[in-house]
Amino acid sequence: MTLEKVIKMIAEEYDLDEATLSAETTFEDLGMDSLETVELVMRFEEEFGVTLEVDENCKTIGDVVARIDA
Amino acid sequence: MSFTIAGTGYAHPVRTLDNEELTRMVDTSDEWIVSRTGIRSRYIATTETLTELAVSAARMAMDNAGAEAASIDLVICSTVAGDTKCPTLAGNVLGGLDIRCPAFDVNAACSGFLYALQTAAAYMDAGLAETVLVIAAEMMTRHVDWTDRASCVLFGDGAGAVLLQKGEGLLACRLRAQPDKKNLLVIGQGKSHSVFEETDAAPSVLAMNGPEVFKFAVTSMCRDIKEVLDSAGLGPEDIRYVVPHQANLRILETARQRLGFSEDQIAVNIERYGNTSSASIAILLAELVEQGKLQRGDNIVCTAFGGGLTSAACVIKY
Repeated sequence: MTLEKVIKMIAEEYDLDEATLSAETTFEDLGMDSLETVELVMRFEEEFGVTLEVDENCKTIGDVVARIDA
Repeated sequence: MSFTIAGTGYAHPVRTLDNEELTRMVDTSDEWIVSRTGIRSRYIATTETLTELAVSAARMAMDNAGAEAASIDLVICSTVAGDTKCPTLAGNVLGGLDIRCPAFDVNAACSGFLYALQTAAAYMDAGLAETVLVIAAEMMTRHVDWTDRASCVLFGDGAGAVLLQKGEGLLACRLRAQPDKKNLLVIGQGKSHSVFEETDAAPSVLAMNGPEVFKFAVTSMCRDIKEVLDSAGLGPEDIRYVVPHQANLRILETARQRLGFSEDQIAVNIERYGNTSSASIAILLAELVEQGKLQRGDNIVCTAFGGGLTSAACVIKY
């Protein structure tokens, strides 16, 4: 499932406990600025083989998952 | 292939604009600007014209090369806009140098200097020119929306120049462009003087989708550098400096990690100039030479990306 895979990737990348992450977690919560969010989205693009748009509406882990699945 | 860089030069306006002063103009902070971009200060034209900056950079390159103005048989200027639409910046430069020869401008936005270098190489290869002056000069402060805190902190003014003579220094070069279908980076012309025109004009201030342009920049930089290194038969260990377009320090750092270069291989001066569009690589190159950091025989990789959407990269033996 995409959400699980995304949470796993973020947990590994930022050395966090997966249990603390959910679809509602915002990138701001994770202490990421807008450019770090873009870099993260680029990693997901490579991992899932898709092109993703980045904009201000991409605020939570759930937002990214929705775009990957679209 | 084609040329040797016989001389380098640069010029910038006298007045600086630092982050502290910007915080009094728009809602921003030194911390935000430095952490997002690496920029601390930029040069801002007040009384200087772009032609004056271009001529100043050109004279330095010519002095550097020990070349007379009369030896130049082609002038190419990379700029998104000269002081006038007509004459071109290159045409105005002829006036400043008091010479006559073919002269034209190239506009490939931030990739313009590298586009101009390949154009010069092609002219030289075709036997149409032997000594080419290539200048990249930009006054981004003329195009920026000074009420938009996301973009007005990014840009600055300046000019860089190289005097090219016949040689074998250009080891590889690749230019690219694709349509900007989603208007990621646009400077419009504003309303025209036509009394007949029925279409709407894009505003004449710069509008940029920062995150998407960041993505395009990192992707382009990584792909293009790998491509020209392969083409030249070289690896990161053979390169003294990556001389990248100074758009944003975070772009350079992200790309550096992906490509496997060490920190001291990435040339940077964005903290003092901001993004000077196509002038950035030319200015940085001239500073590296002036500071004695670049020695004859060193290999460099130049990489640019920006409006168009364009990107370009080349490997040069200095």
